[in-house]
Amino acid sequence: MPQILVEDLAKTYRVAERDPGLLGAVRGLVHRRHRTVEALRDVSFSLEAGELLGFIGPNGAGKSTTIKILSGILKPDAGLVLVNGRVPFTDRIAHVSKIGVVFGQRTQLWWDLPVSEGFDLLADIYRVEPARYRANRDELVALLRLERVLDRPVRQLSLGQRMRAEIAAALLHEPDILFLDEPTIGLDAPSKLAVREVVRRLNRERGVTVLLTTHDMHDIEALAQRVIVIGHGQVLADSPFETLRANVLAERRLVVDFAHEAPEIIMAGVEIRSRQGQTLELAFDPARTPTPNLIAALAAAHEVVDIHVGEPAIEEVIARFYDLHGAGEA
Amino acid sequence: MDAARPYVAAFASRFLLMLQYCAAAVAGFATQCWWGAIKVMIYAAFYAAAPGAADASPMSLAQAITYVWMAQALLALTPWGADPDIAQAVRTGSVAYDRLRPVDTYWLWYVRSGAWMVSRAAPRAALMLLAAGLALPLLGLSDWAWGPPTDLTAAAFFAVSLLLAVALSSAMLMLVNLVVAATLTDRGAVTLYNPLVIVLSGNLLPLALYPDWAQTALLMQPFAGMLDIPLRLYVGQLSGAWAWAGLGLQVFWTLVLILVGRAALTRVMTRLDVQGG
Repeated sequence: MPQILVEDLAKTYRVAERDPGLLGAVRGLVHRRHRTVEALRDVSFSLEAGELLGFIGPNGAGKSTTIKILSGILKPDAGLVLVNGRVPFTDRIAHVSKIGVVFGQRTQLWWDLPVSEGFDLLADIYRVEPARYRANRDELVALLRLERVLDRPVRQLSLGQRMRAEIAAALLHEPDILFLDEPTIGLDAPSKLAVREVVRRLNRERGVTVLLTTHDMHDIEALAQRVIVIGHGQVLADSPFETLRANVLAERRLVVDFAHEAPEIIMAGVEIRSRQGQTLELAFDPARTPTPNLIAALAAAHEVVDIHVGEPAIEEVIARFYDLHGAGEA
Repeated sequence: MDAARPYVAAFASRFLLMLQYCAAAVAGFATQCWWGAIKVMIYAAFYAAAPGAADASPMSLAQAITYVWMAQALLALTPWGADPDIAQAVRTGSVAYDRLRPVDTYWLWYVRSGAWMVSRAAPRAALMLLAAGLALPLLGLSDWAWGPPTDLTAAAFFAVSLLLAVALSSAMLMLVNLVVAATLTDRGAVTLYNPLVIVLSGNLLPLALYPDWAQTALLMQPFAGMLDIPLRLYVGQLSGAWAWAGLGLQVFWTLVLILVGRAALTRVMTRLDVQGG
């Protein structure tokens, strides 16, 4: 049985609405209008212990809602969720003692307490055995390079330092599953790399199952073996990232430097994407126009200085995928 | 012991953090001295103006004065409005993290809110005791001072009753917190509730000084146990069987409010939408 099992999950929110302006405000006093927003409908997937899954989708797609249901905070309207054989919301206390969660946009540490005191308090709240706690804390402090921030109140930390402290805080009780909701949001490059490194090590060395949501495709590229794309509350794709890339954008790019003036037309099936002096960026489908054939044709007809093959950027793949599924932000 | 560990830690942490706010305590103390002095003078004027009525009164002037100082000292122990931390947690969505802890959310918030209340009340009460209980007699103003408890029995009853008052007030505070959690605002319902607390807890006027026909109802209602019952025990206005009844009422209301609060929390959490993100 998989460690995380989600079947036909659905969740709706009721949102109060009012018309703009004074009249709308007055009318709202008498009659409240509510709109039902379907955050999730019919989401199913499963995850084995030790997997590292990336969860992507536009804002409002239902990623965070899924994480909040999986972590026992929200009650789903319909569907089955089992984590380690438990129903998270009903069996909350037993469930949450085995998971670690980081919400990138909020802090779980106490704003006015030094980091180390926040850790102590969490160890008490999770009832971690003292010797075990000390060993764990020291290991995490070393791994996340937190030595210099331990005595500082959380409010004085930089975002990168804070996020590393947050991740340590989520791991003090040695959870088997780690949910990370946008852990790299707003971080600079070194901090992002540090976060990715820690996540990778936890997954490989300790076998922690990781489910992370992100908008940074480099997180996905660096970490996730498997990607679920979610949009409009539904699973749009569930596959290794490379498969996703191949399915969505088979398109290849070829950048060609010509010795003389660049030609106007190359051949059928090849599109000129951009032109800069004697350099052209060409787009083509390798299934219809095999790359060697195109290169041979170019070399035969023109004097070519340099050629390199490219792939569309990962952001482009995802944007294209969202477009194809009409999954842009609601 | 391990079962209580998270709650003890949460209480201690909040209590120690709050104690740092000295300036707020001193400012609160100054305001309460001012109000206390005015109230003491008003009572003195009333009792002097109607000597006959004063004899018939259920409280002597000395008892009333001690009551006033203590009510001022323990002002922060009455659940006026929601715990700002919990209100903020609900508004910003960080309530999500509270639900991630392997502890009972009701008790976690209960001890945190209780710590918040006690940590605000303790320094103010200590300062008031020094000022009204020690400085005034030393200045030769014993008639206007916070007097000692009637006798040892009264002192013992007061000590127990004060602890029960903390438990009861924390339970009431939890209900206020939950109203804020459900409505996402600490205005509205809480504003309406505020004057109710001032009057019914005895803060405005000792409950014993209201008309006779209202006495039973006033003693029975839950707010009496938050201030009036402990203070009446201290000044000896409730004694014997009545003293036991007072403690019993406090226990009864604490249990009722906790049960209501727990049911309300379950309901709020089932319908919870985490705000933002």
